[in-house]
Amino acid sequence: MKKLIYRLIISALFFVSGFIAEGEVLKWILFLISYVLAGGDVVKRAIRNIFRGNVFDENFLMAIASIGAFLINEAPEGVAVMLFYQVGEAFQAYAVGESRKSIANLMNIRPDYANVKVGEELVKKDPDDVMVGDIIVIKPGEKVPLDGKVTEGVSLLDTSALTGESVPREVIAGSDILSGFINVNGLITVEVTKEFGESTVSKILDLVENASSKKSKSERFITKFARYYTPAVVIIAAILAIVPPLIIEGEIFKDWIYRSLSFLVVSCPCALVISVPLSFFGGIGGSSKKGILVKGSNYLEALAQAETVVFDKTGTLTKGVFNVREVNAKDISEDELLKYAAYAENYSNHPISLSLKRAYNKEIVNDIIKDVEEIPGHGVSAVVGGKKILAGNEKLMVKENIGFSKENISGTVVHVAIDGDYAGYILIADEVKEDSAAAIKKLKELKIKQTIMLTGDNKQIGEETAKELGIDKVYTELLPVDKVEKIEEIIYNNKGKVAYVGDGINDAPVLARADIGIAMGGLGSDAAIEAADIVIMTDEPSKIATAINISKKTLRIATQNIVFAIGIKAFILLLSAAGYASMWAAVFADVGVTFIAVLNSFRALNVKNI
Amino acid sequence: MKKKIILEGLDCANCAAKIENDINKLTGVESASINLMTTKLTIEAEDDKMQDVIETARKIVNKYEPDVIFKTA
Repeated sequence: MKKLIYRLIISALFFVSGFIAEGEVLKWILFLISYVLAGGDVVKRAIRNIFRGNVFDENFLMAIASIGAFLINEAPEGVAVMLFYQVGEAFQAYAVGESRKSIANLMNIRPDYANVKVGEELVKKDPDDVMVGDIIVIKPGEKVPLDGKVTEGVSLLDTSALTGESVPREVIAGSDILSGFINVNGLITVEVTKEFGESTVSKILDLVENASSKKSKSERFITKFARYYTPAVVIIAAILAIVPPLIIEGEIFKDWIYRSLSFLVVSCPCALVISVPLSFFGGIGGSSKKGILVKGSNYLEALAQAETVVFDKTGTLTKGVFNVREVNAKDISEDELLKYAAYAENYSNHPISLSLKRAYNKEIVNDIIKDVEEIPGHGVSAVVGGKKILAGNEKLMVKENIGFSKENISGTVVHVAIDGDYAGYILIADEVKEDSAAAIKKLKELKIKQTIMLTGDNKQIGEETAKELGIDKVYTELLPVDKVEKIEEIIYNNKGKVAYVGDGINDAPVLARADIGIAMGGLGSDAAIEAADIVIMTDEPSKIATAINISKKTLRIATQNIVFAIGIKAFILLLSAAGYASMWAAVFADVGVTFIAVLNSFRALNVKNI
Repeated sequence: MKKKIILEGLDCANCAAKIENDINKLTGVESASINLMTTKLTIEAEDDKMQDVIETARKIVNKYEPDVIFKTA
C-alpha cells in the first residue's frame, strides 16, 4: 500500500513536469515514464487476465482507455486516466481498511486466555480448553473470558463493548458475569457456566462476523447493476468509435475514438459497488457502538421502512419484576400495614411475599410470628405480636367475613385484616421501565404509524399500561400461540414493515415471524440472540428509536450514493457521447465520484448524536 | 455442510461480487456469500461435492483476483 502511494507520487511529479517541459519529444517521454509508474502493473494484470479468460475486467478497460489516448496523441489524458484510477483504487482499499479497523475494535472483546485454578495454582489456558465447572480468576484489567457466576470478590465491570453502556456494573459473589465484559478494579473468582463456544462473546463475534452476509436490496441491486453496466458501456463505446465516422459524412475517427475512450473511463462500477456495502457496514458498526446488534444489512434496511412496532409487555416495556406500588392503610399507618403483611408472609417464597418483604426492608423478628397457616388460593393467616393477621385476596376476606371495599384497580391486591377488622390493602404490580413512555414518544416522532402491545396479562392491566405509555392498540389475554396469530394478522393488515419487540424468552416464534424481530435485553439470553434479527443488548426500549434512526440514516446515505454515482456517470456518458465532455471530466466522474461516495458512506459509522 | 474460507487481501467489491456469483453457479453449491469486511467466503454445499467445489472456488478466486490468498481453515 505504502509502496503504491510513493509510486503514485513520483508518477504525479513526472506528470506535472510533462506539462512544464518544452519540446514534444521530452514531454512525451516524461508522460510515458509517469504512465509506466502509475499503471504498469494495471496493464500487466490486464494482459495476464486475458489469458485467464477474464477479459472485461477493470484492468483491461483502463489499459485500453489509456493506451488509446496515447495512440490518438492525447498522452496527458492517458496518464491522467491511469494515475487517477490508481489513486481511486488506493483510496478504496484505504476505506475498506478503515471499516475493517472499526470492526476489529469490536473484535477486541475476544479473550486471549483464561486463568484457570488448578489446585492452588493458576494456569493460563486457551478459553476453548476451559470446561464448565472450572474455577477461573479474573484480574483487574482482564477480559472476562467465559460466562460464569462470581464465587468470590467484588469488582466493577466495564460492559461498554457489549452494551454501549458507559456506567460500569458492580458484581459481588453470586452475580452472573458474561464474557466480553472487562474487569475494572477487583480480583474476582468465577465458576464457569458455559463453554467458550456457547459463551456470550462467541455468539456475538459470530453474529458480527456474519452480519454483512445477509445483503440488503440496495446491495443486491448495485451488484446486479454492475454486472450489466460494464458490458453495456463497453459495447456502446465500441459502437461509438466505429459507426458514426462511417455513416456521418465529415466526421473523423479521432474525435469519435476520443469520445469512446471517455466512455471506457467511466465504465468501472467500483465507486458504486463499494460505497453501498460500506454504508451498510458503517450502519451496522455504528449500531453496535450503541449496544444494538444487527444481523444483516437487509434487516437494517427493513427497519428503516418499519411503520408498525409491536411490543410484548412483560419484560419489554415493564421490568417483569413485581413490586409494591401502593399501600392503602385504614386506621393504621402505611408502615404498620406493610409490616404486618410482611410478617405474615414471612415464611412464603412466593414472588408476592418477596415483594412485600422487599418493600418493608427491615429485619423481621421471627420470634413474634406464631400459628402461620397458609390457605391455598386465598392467602395466609398468622399471629404476629399477639394480633391475628389475615393477608390475602378478596376470596380470603369473603371467607373470613371481613367487610372491605372492593377496589377497581389493576394489579395484584393483598388485603390485610387485623383481629377481624379490615386494615387496608397493598397493591403489587409489575413496574413500567423508566424510559418506556419516552421510547413510544420517540417512535411517534419518527413517523411510526402504529404502536401495538401484545400481552398475556388481563384486560385491565394491559389497557392501563398501554394508556400510561401512549400505545395505540392493545391485545390482551393472549397465549404465546395467539401472539403468533396476532402478528400474522397485523402483518396482513399493514402494508409497511412490522417490527416486533420482545424479550426473546417465550416469544421466539413471534420474533421469527415478524418482518423484523427485535430482542431486548439480549445479553446472556441465547434464545433471543438466535431468534431475533436485531438484538438490543440493554434493557432500554428507547434503543429501538435509536436503531430506527441509525437505519434511516444508513439507508439515506446508501441511496444518496446510488443516485449520485449513477447520476453523475450517466450525465458524463451523455456529455461525452455528444462530444461536450473531455476525458478529464470522465476521470472526475470515475475517481471523484468514488471519493465522494466513500466519504459519504463513512458518515454512517458516526452515531454520536443519534 | 458449511465451509468458511478466508480470502486474504480481497478489497475489490466488484470482484467479490463476481466471485460470489460464479461460485453460486457451481453444481452442488446451495449458497455462497462473501463478506467483504471480514474477507470471508462462506460456502454451503452438498457434503460429497464440497471438495470439488472448494477446488473450483480456488480457481475462480485466482481468475479474478490472482493476488488474493485462499485460506481454508
